[in-house]
Amino acid sequence: MAGVVPQKSAPVPQELELPGGKSGFRNWLDREAWRDVIITAPYIWLLLFFVVPFFIIVAMSLAQSVIAQPPFRFSETWPYVTFENFARLFSDYVYLRGYLTSVRNAAIATGLCLLLGYPMALGIARAKGAWRNILLLLVILPFWTSFLLRVYAWIGMMGSNSWFNRWLTSVVNVFLPAGSEFNSIPMMNSNFAVILVVVYSYLPFMILPLFANLEKLDYTLNEAAMDLGSKPMQVFRDVTLPLSMPGIVAGSLLVFIPATGELVIPSLVGNAADPMIGRVINDEFSLNRHWPMASTIAVALLMLLVVPIMIYNRMQERSAEGTK
Amino acid sequence: MRQRSTFLISCLCFGFAFFYIPIISMIIFSFNKSRLATVWGGFSVEWYFKLFKNAQIIKAATLSLEIAVLSATFATILGTMAGMALARFSRFRGRTLFSGLVSAPLIMPEVITGVSLLLLFVFMERYFGWPAKRGFTTVTIAHTTFALSYVAVIIQSRLLSMDVSLEEAAMDLGSKPWQVLFDVTLPIIAPAMISGWLLAFTISLDDVVITNFTTGPGATTLPILIWGKVKLGVTPDINALATLIVLVVSVGVGLAGYLMYRSEKKRERDMQLAFAANK
Repeated sequence: MAGVVPQKSAPVPQELELPGGKSGFRNWLDREAWRDVIITAPYIWLLLFFVVPFFIIVAMSLAQSVIAQPPFRFSETWPYVTFENFARLFSDYVYLRGYLTSVRNAAIATGLCLLLGYPMALGIARAKGAWRNILLLLVILPFWTSFLLRVYAWIGMMGSNSWFNRWLTSVVNVFLPAGSEFNSIPMMNSNFAVILVVVYSYLPFMILPLFANLEKLDYTLNEAAMDLGSKPMQVFRDVTLPLSMPGIVAGSLLVFIPATGELVIPSLVGNAADPMIGRVINDEFSLNRHWPMASTIAVALLMLLVVPIMIYNRMQERSAEGTK
Repeated sequence: MRQRSTFLISCLCFGFAFFYIPIISMIIFSFNKSRLATVWGGFSVEWYFKLFKNAQIIKAATLSLEIAVLSATFATILGTMAGMALARFSRFRGRTLFSGLVSAPLIMPEVITGVSLLLLFVFMERYFGWPAKRGFTTVTIAHTTFALSYVAVIIQSRLLSMDVSLEEAAMDLGSKPWQVLFDVTLPIIAPAMISGWLLAFTISLDDVVITNFTTGPGATTLPILIWGKVKLGVTPDINALATLIVLVVSVGVGLAGYLMYRSEKKRERDMQLAFAANK
């Protein structure tokens, strides 16, 4: 279907009009130029500002760190590059722990997003008419308000003398034996806080693809299963859940991938002694001015995420073809 | 038969409470008299007045808006081109790479994009002398780069769902490809371009991480300013600023949603009328 436009129908009128008194420029414009411009302009932009930086960061990861301006150097003899940064990645426990903390936090947050987001998406998809639009708008609204401010809102909630913390403390203390009550719950600057805020910030990314998927499901299938004697839970397990797998995978990847590389949330509410890898990269880069090491950690993070990213891209392409 | 599930409804209630309680709490505490942002000390609007007198915040907000308008416009132009190329040209050299490049910035962790763009700008400054220093230009370029992907995806899906026979009909009636582009394709995707621009504008206005890496001294955007202040703790003036931002965004999103809903309704009605007239 695509590409038919200029190829199939264009030659006919052009052949008819070529002998006419039109300038060569107009003919050239009519045939090829606009098509080339449309492809080339964004292509060059992306090559320059996405591919070239990528190669620079890979090259940087193979450089030596020096205390100078700029703070890196390539050796002047063969093989010019060094793999010592990558070796340090495995020998220095700080980095390995950073990756582990990141993946663990992101995985837990993704699971919690799925647990809360799935019933919400299903509830919205099953809502009627105007209700559905209102509920959808309510999901999208926090998603459009500033990300930083949503993190900030939770900082206010989690502080040790905030109303929320005092309320939560009093609830928790009911279940604790006398004498061991909390004065306040130490929520801030912990991985618990990071996971909570990641769930809060990324929940719409889970709900929206799930909703898009669940909305399209044919409800008559559920009815058929019920007519055949399935209980509601069985219908969910045998019909709705398998059919919504693409939504689950898309939503989970949309939460997991950016959450793994998250910088803002661990910097503001995280535990400085057990940082996520995004924060490690930022510290290496900005505080220690260790550009090659920061680049190495970033390249390795990308390698870690390349499989989920590829799965996501493949799914996007397939769904784009599906609408054709 | 659609049964109401109390389980789904209670999940929705819990979810929306989770979404909105922190924001509402933040709004309430912006009217707090006390300097301590989390302990209630009586009603006051003094933080709002202080906000408008704070030249630093006004300057940062202006800079953010300038960058957002500029980068959203560039991103819409380039992203529309990219979306068209992907939706309408099935074969050209390097199409697979192009398609990957367009979607990659959407999912790439921001830290990696930020560090790599910073290194690029450092090298460009060193070897080409342009951009001379990091700041307005570099942040605008960075924002354009990741926002164009969002625009491209919106345009691509709009074009794929649009009937190609309209373009073919114009072509059969003798229009040149570029005439088809300006007379048929662009008017049809105009609403998608507007939503793309709005999305690009908001994500530029909101970006912390990539801006943090690509900006330089003297070019502090609003999120960078807030980021610096929040690191030091919760203060009532940030609550006031946040409340204003939430208010503006809610009104904006509500209005945009309503307008889109109305134009969609109108389009449906027009289609029905057109079909009815044909019969």
